[in-house]
Amino acid sequence: MSSFLAQHGGEIARLTFEHLWLTASAMLFACAIALPLGVLLTRKQSLAKPVIGVANVLQTIPSLAMFGLLLPVPFLGDRAARLAIVALTAYALLPILRNTYAGIGSVDSAVIDVANALGMTGWQRLRKVELPIAASVILAGVRTATVTCVGIATIAAAIGAGGLGELIFRGVASVDNGLVLAGAVPAALLALCADGLLGLAEKRMVVRR
Amino acid sequence: MATHGVEFADVSFTVSGRSVLRGVSLRVEQGTTTALLGRSGSGKTTLLRTVNALVRPTSGRVLVGGSDVADRDVASQDVIALRRRIGYVIQETGLFPHMTIERNVGMALELAGRTREEIHARAAGMLRMVGLPEDALARYPWQLSGGQRQRVGVARALANEPKVLLMDEPFGALDPLTRAEMQTMLRDLLQRSGVTTLIVTHDLEEALYLADRVVLLEDGVVVADLARDEVRGAGTEGARNEAMRAYVAATHREVTA
Repeated sequence: MSSFLAQHGGEIARLTFEHLWLTASAMLFACAIALPLGVLLTRKQSLAKPVIGVANVLQTIPSLAMFGLLLPVPFLGDRAARLAIVALTAYALLPILRNTYAGIGSVDSAVIDVANALGMTGWQRLRKVELPIAASVILAGVRTATVTCVGIATIAAAIGAGGLGELIFRGVASVDNGLVLAGAVPAALLALCADGLLGLAEKRMVVRR
Repeated sequence: MATHGVEFADVSFTVSGRSVLRGVSLRVEQGTTTALLGRSGSGKTTLLRTVNALVRPTSGRVLVGGSDVADRDVASQDVIALRRRIGYVIQETGLFPHMTIERNVGMALELAGRTREEIHARAAGMLRMVGLPEDALARYPWQLSGGQRQRVGVARALANEPKVLLMDEPFGALDPLTRAEMQTMLRDLLQRSGVTTLIVTHDLEEALYLADRVVLLEDGVVVADLARDEVRGAGTEGARNEAMRAYVAATHREVTA
């Protein structure tokens, strides 16, 4: 065990960091797209069904196929990590989008009514009322997306984007279970940590009614 | 015209083919209280909501302080300015669950850009006025009883000294004892503040206790518009207003059994 770690420790650390970087970048992009889009959908209800439908379809594409399909795309195909981040972002969109839309949509209509009657602008209503009340639901979406991304990021190694999947793929190819575990265990721990931390944050955001 | 009365001129509202309001004309003099009475679906809530432009009438004019708020050309900035001068209380209270009572009560002032100290002082004063202890300022809505929450709702509506107050069945969800307390408190508040008030209710006793005028709506039409004293006699045979007589008779069966 210790000799295994001595041999692979540095690599595991480097790949864990890479894995984290892929996931975090994708989550950043996904939030930057899905949060405003989710809010927009609550304002333009007619768009909600088609847009969430598209995100739904993206979600159903098998990850290996998604990576493969994006390979020939110019600019993306040049750098494997870039491509992986785009693919991961696509997977993270749906949970965030859906929860933002549902979270804001579930704010008590009497509360919205009073916010309007007090003379709040649309922006004030969003910032002071809707987002704080919907925060825990939105964060639950971010949490689901993050855990999904940590998992799917292991597949990114198939196109040479790095991350802990590299150890898993190598282990599978050389029938070396130790190597598979060296990739799988840190990946699982990453997912559990993200889940736990975001879960805590989510709990803090819950608004009692 | 610098008065702060409210006037409805031939106001109609149709939504998906259904006429909710049909040519309502009504004047609420400055500083008086008018009760809008009627059964569910009679259009009284919709009429109330035209005043702060939560509902835009299909046709007709709604004058608040002399300016037409039903005009579809009114810019949204004007609507927001209008709403900030009008207090609004609803049965469900609509308190912001994630804010303290202080912030709830002071929201109108917060939106007007007042300082923290001003907001705190005003919120404390408003709580006193509605009969709540000052330590309620730091609490959250879920920590209060239904009656206390509605007191907060009233305090919030009056915090920025509105010229017009709209109340939509404010005490409908409360038990009879709490309700009576609230009515006493409100009547006192209304008399002291001199705010022009429209209150929607289906409770005739409440209407007579709080209002100077009682307006009865049926299917989006005003069928009676009487001063309080005229209503009191409306239950008797030969009363002048048939619709009000019928309403009074129907809601005031003698308890004989």
